[in-house]
Amino acid sequence: MTFVAKPKVHHPNLPLNELGLTRRDYEGSVSTLCAGCGHDSVSAAIVQACAELSLPPHRFAKVSGIGCSSKTPSYFLNKSHGFNSVHGRMPSVMTGANLANRELLGIGVSGDGDSASIGLGQFAHIVRRRINMLYLVDNNGTYGLTKGQFSATNDKGSTSKKGAPNLYEPIDLVSMALQIGATFVARSFSGDKTQLVPLIKAALKHKGMAFIDVISPCVAFNNHNGSTKSYEFVREHTQELVNADLIMTHPEVTVDYAEGSREDVSMPDGSTLRLHKLDADYDAHDRVGALNYVQRSQEQGEVVTGLLYVDPDPVECHDIMDTVDQPLNELNEAQLCPGSAALADINASYR
Amino acid sequence: MQVKYNDFVIRFANVNGSGSASANGMFAKALFRMGIPVATRNIFPSNIQGLPTWFEVRVSEQGYLGRREGVDIMVAMNAETLVEDVASVSPGGYLLYDNSKPLAKTLRRDDVNEIGIPIATMMLPEFADPKQRSLFKNITYLGALAGLLNIEFDVITGMVATQYKGKDALIAPNIHALELGRNYALQYLQAPLPLQVRRSDAVGDRIMMDGNDAAGLGAVYGGATVCAWYPITPSTSVAESFENHANRLRVDETSGKKKFAIIQVEDELAAIGVVIGAAWNGARAFTATSGPGISLMSEFLGLAYFAEIPAVVWDIQRSGPSTGMPTRTQQGDLIGAAYASHGDTKHPLLFPATPKECFDFATAALDLADRAQTPILVMSDLELGMNDNLSEPLQWDDAVRYDRGKVLDSEALENSEVFGRYLDVDGDGIGYRTLPGTHPDKGAFFTRGTSRDEFAAYTESPEAYERNMQRLELKWQTIRGLVPAAEIDDQKRRVGVLFFGTTALPMPEALDLLHADGIALDSCRVRAFPFGAEVEAFVQEHDLIFVVEQNRDAQMRTLLINELQTAPAKLVPVLYYAGLSISADTIHQQINEYFTANKLSRISEVQS
Repeated sequence: MTFVAKPKVHHPNLPLNELGLTRRDYEGSVSTLCAGCGHDSVSAAIVQACAELSLPPHRFAKVSGIGCSSKTPSYFLNKSHGFNSVHGRMPSVMTGANLANRELLGIGVSGDGDSASIGLGQFAHIVRRRINMLYLVDNNGTYGLTKGQFSATNDKGSTSKKGAPNLYEPIDLVSMALQIGATFVARSFSGDKTQLVPLIKAALKHKGMAFIDVISPCVAFNNHNGSTKSYEFVREHTQELVNADLIMTHPEVTVDYAEGSREDVSMPDGSTLRLHKLDADYDAHDRVGALNYVQRSQEQGEVVTGLLYVDPDPVECHDIMDTVDQPLNELNEAQLCPGSAALADINASYR
Repeated sequence: MQVKYNDFVIRFANVNGSGSASANGMFAKALFRMGIPVATRNIFPSNIQGLPTWFEVRVSEQGYLGRREGVDIMVAMNAETLVEDVASVSPGGYLLYDNSKPLAKTLRRDDVNEIGIPIATMMLPEFADPKQRSLFKNITYLGALAGLLNIEFDVITGMVATQYKGKDALIAPNIHALELGRNYALQYLQAPLPLQVRRSDAVGDRIMMDGNDAAGLGAVYGGATVCAWYPITPSTSVAESFENHANRLRVDETSGKKKFAIIQVEDELAAIGVVIGAAWNGARAFTATSGPGISLMSEFLGLAYFAEIPAVVWDIQRSGPSTGMPTRTQQGDLIGAAYASHGDTKHPLLFPATPKECFDFATAALDLADRAQTPILVMSDLELGMNDNLSEPLQWDDAVRYDRGKVLDSEALENSEVFGRYLDVDGDGIGYRTLPGTHPDKGAFFTRGTSRDEFAAYTESPEAYERNMQRLELKWQTIRGLVPAAEIDDQKRRVGVLFFGTTALPMPEALDLLHADGIALDSCRVRAFPFGAEVEAFVQEHDLIFVVEQNRDAQMRTLLINELQTAPAKLVPVLYYAGLSISADTIHQQINEYFTANKLSRISEVQS
């Protein structure tokens, strides 16, 4: 595998965003994942979301762990720094990156092996710390890079490519995220760009811990009959719940969306998050209700997708810690060092 | 009566959780404030309440701060350990005990002076509350010691007044308890004893501080803005100190907000992960841990070595392996820390020996991590970290600037033609890095633990991999010249002694004891790994070198053999690893015996 430079030839008719940039300015290197991999669709959705929001493409911190999913930060936002860290430990690296510079937009990409097995502890603790970031899991229920072992999100009874059934209970990251403090929780499907792109946009605008679990089929090891994370299975069993659409205050990017009841949520940055309620009874501000709904649907074999919960008034880690507005990595010596004068008093206090 | 002044070891035997620490601490502080050098050692169990604990104070007019074998005064306040406590008193020493119950006949020793004080009985009419009776027992024996040893009484009462400022109701009963003890000693005992203290000027302008406190304060001065940690004895107080000092010294005056972030995370893996993430994003970051934490951090340390990310880790060493003796000191993590992680990995280590050096090395480590773009481990230990140590006062030079290393800002990127994160532009093995979000088009790169080329692109090319590993080795050689140099006393003798960290504490005394036996040694206090050229020269130029350390396997000796290709035969291990700090007597004895066994010539023989 070698690094392949992508030709930067722009189609003359590519639309420009508010920054005068096209989607190409938000892309990454050529993917080395298998052809048809759901993860590539997720990367494309991130590209589209960032371009449509006109976010500066160099102001992200992309962090991942290890695995197929964790390779993907190479495949979007090439102008931003990326960090492919160690298995299951994206959350701690992202926590540090966020503490150092609260202004960068954090995108953490992880997988089901990365977040639900080796990194389950780190997943839980970054969620409860409420780091301001998008935490996105490419969830394919299998270990791709080591060729098809079950992961912890794999449903009990679903079979591996060789036909052996999974004997153990699955871990549902969405339920966990709801339970331990995420202020934005959604689930989507990599093949459903109309739903995924607005969710990513809303998550990026959310000031707090935004978690999206994206069912992303593995074409090589988990796309067969018997798998509950195949393209076919998910399409047949998806129950679409609430679509999120971010409507910017700028008129040119306003998009009208699907039918159904709507609710507008004011975002801290002045933009509006519009919820499309496909189920009349669903309340996306009810955390406990969301948890019940997800669990009940799961019992009925349904995959609930959409925006499951959003806290309209979220707090994030820097608020909790009460740190200065200026990024910590920009503070200079004069701001950081108490100097020799203060030390004289300190010495005296130890005599 | 022949009176001996300012030279003894006193040991307090207590039950932990009984409030004795405060009284014992006041004893040491009172002597310190009388200008007498003291060294304190808290020998405590891994437990909160009910187990035996000892507090030892070495009092030395000559300024010897290392542990000395033998106890001159035993304050035996724990019935459970009475047998061993009585046995540990040196012949001619003193045993202070509560004779509310008589001492068992079997415990009595002809060669020890008994000082019985009916403390428990004395408390009965004075304090109604049983909890107060128990607490003030400690203050009462402190008062008795003031009378027995001739401690200036107003120094102690002054300390009580300072300590309970704002809780004035506590001052009077404390002073009353002190007076009870002192009056008893003066009235009923032969006080003062022939072993006494007297005011001195031997302390000078030194301070009394523990190393962890100094490390935390040093991190504030050194510009650390992110601290992530997980509680583990004996390192916890480093993070606590950082937070305490930063809450006072690092708050924005106008907004009242904090110019630092400290986070207690879920484990040591997360702690080092946060540090690496923060440092990758341009903040100065550190964590503090002990041996088990280093084991857990190893994978991340390898990543930071290979991906070249600064990080500072304080390892406050305790007795291993495994959980070992978690509240006892050791220097047992050297090899584990130096080569932490799989593959060809190695990390610079710093070895502070005093609280001042903990303070200085906090900044030095942050500078070095940024300069060398690699994790730096500061190897303190429980002895230095958790005990009040006499130390030179802390100093800061306002003219000194932080060394942030090779970081290209937006302007530098704008003016540069080519940026390759791992290009060795300067020939020192250290590339230029950029911080996330710096420039719209230039300088972004992908950090990874996988192999990559000079431009940070993933590659499995054998040549590119080898080039990278060789550059990392070149960087290692560069680091040899960047780390704090060893302190060397070279009188061109043929035999030397090499030591580091807290092994330095007993060394002046050990060298004096050896000199009295006709053994004069050159000395080298190593302050960092990799070893600088001065250490290499010291090792080469001496025929024989005693390597003094506090672990079983002579780990420093192994590092010297491994890194300097030193002939093993010329490095003689002098070891102590039983959990207390190494004493001058142990060092003296082991080196003396080696001289005798190998018929090495002594000074008098050489001269004659």
